[in-house]
Amino acid sequence: MTAEQIIFLLVAFFTLGSGFMVVTTRNLIHAALWLIATLFGVAVIFALLDAGFLAVVQVVVYIGAIAILFIFAVMLTRKDMRDQGPQMNRNWWFGALISVLTFGGLYFLLQGWNGLSKTAADIPSGFDAVGELGNALVSPNAYVLPFEVASVLLVAALVGAVYVAFNWK
Amino acid sequence: MVPLSWYLILAAALFSVGLFGALSRRNAVAILLGIELMLNAVNINLAAFWRYGNVTNMAGQVFAIIVFAVAAAEVAVGLALVISVYRQRNTVIADDIDMMKF
Repeated sequence: MTAEQIIFLLVAFFTLGSGFMVVTTRNLIHAALWLIATLFGVAVIFALLDAGFLAVVQVVVYIGAIAILFIFAVMLTRKDMRDQGPQMNRNWWFGALISVLTFGGLYFLLQGWNGLSKTAADIPSGFDAVGELGNALVSPNAYVLPFEVASVLLVAALVGAVYVAFNWK
Repeated sequence: MVPLSWYLILAAALFSVGLFGALSRRNAVAILLGIELMLNAVNINLAAFWRYGNVTNMAGQVFAIIVFAVAAAEVAVGLALVISVYRQRNTVIADDIDMMKF
């Protein structure tokens, strides 16, 4: 087993364990903090995959913005959701059954696919992944249209969020 | 070198954990936390297929960035809705938010 595999296994178990804590912890603030741990594990996975830009964006956008937004939302809606009362709904066993079946089905599908044990080719020397990504995002021959649509979506979502959450009284 | 299957199985497991959270939590904010886990699992898949496929084709990373943008938009609108509902109904439990139930 190589060093990279050992690092991958450690990070994968850390990510899955903290993901499990996110969905089972009673205290929602703790759940949001476990979410930060999970997101950090995913950022390390991105770094292992040589996707450095994605790892940085994961830390800046997910941990820096989205997780903080979650913590604010938990604190703003906390008055009646102290830690008493069940945190799971009545049909939680049905949800557990569906997610176990989903994992089993995905695992079964993956076993039947012949590209599974593929290993990655080396990145060609002098290949600038971040520069290529930037070019692809603004090139008319590549992905400029989805990029612009995503920016319009963000503006619409932010305006909508302000409108929905505004206190009209 | 780590084989592709390890990444795919990790992503499938993380997706299932998020799905369990989204289906079985009562608090609306916790449901959104589960959805975030599912989106992250999908991003691991996209980055893994980029790395193990043709590296010069940036489609996987571009798609992952679009998923980041959609996740940010979803969280902003979702949490605004939760806060708005909390102001009017004084609850964030998804079972109790049934104003549209006929």
